[in-house]
Amino acid sequence: MRILAVCGMGIGTSIMLKGNAEKAARDLGLDADVEVADIGTARGAATTADVVLTSGELAAEIGDVGIPVVVVDNFVDGDEVRRKLSTAIGR
Amino acid sequence: MAEPPLSQLLPEDAIATGVEAADWRAAIRAAGELLAATGATTDDYIGEMHAAVEEYGPYIVIAPGLALAHSRPSPAVLRTGLSWAGLKSPVSFGHSTNDPVRLVIGLAAVDHDGHSSALSRLARLLSDPGRRERLTGATGAAEIHHTISEYETSEDT
Repeated sequence: MRILAVCGMGIGTSIMLKGNAEKAARDLGLDADVEVADIGTARGAATTADVVLTSGELAAEIGDVGIPVVVVDNFVDGDEVRRKLSTAIGR
Repeated sequence: MAEPPLSQLLPEDAIATGVEAADWRAAIRAAGELLAATGATTDDYIGEMHAAVEEYGPYIVIAPGLALAHSRPSPAVLRTGLSWAGLKSPVSFGHSTNDPVRLVIGLAAVDHDGHSSALSRLARLLSDPGRRERLTGATGAAEIHHTISEYETSEDT
């Protein structure tokens, strides 16, 4: 599966999120690639992804992309990322 | 090209504690001044970081008490680097769950992924409650830099 981590500029927050998302995917036994995108390219990148991880404000901006958009509050909390990813994909 | 280690991207001179900042703009300015003082950016980058918050909102407050101040690669970025501004008193960024902010990490990057291992490592370090407490409770730059270097060595061995 493909997980898309989205932030405003694609250089900071999403990279912080990427490491935790990779770890969460491993913990959940998923064969997943985590890619990062900035908000400008997120909707396009989401068309080939299975789930989006981002912040509350950016989730509102991304809107409906036909796949789960998971809102992460604490980007360095591995437990939160794993729990929310698990709920979103039903694993 | 090999990526510089975290302890090199965040030199001791780019770390300050007990920083006085009245609001989020001043807090970002403090992190930006450390980036400029250590040669990672010009002063123009401070305004670019302010503009990023104005454009996208306070989402850069990525964890309770922690803001990752940054903008895009630009002519104001001279090299990839990080800074650390521990605030004397917490300030509000207007974030719904993670305010108030006690620590501002400044990030300047020349490209999109030349700093990703260092930043992922910093995320792992800050996600460890014991280490984070030690870092946020530290009173001097030397102690913070030492803790980060030690963590880096422990992960590499």
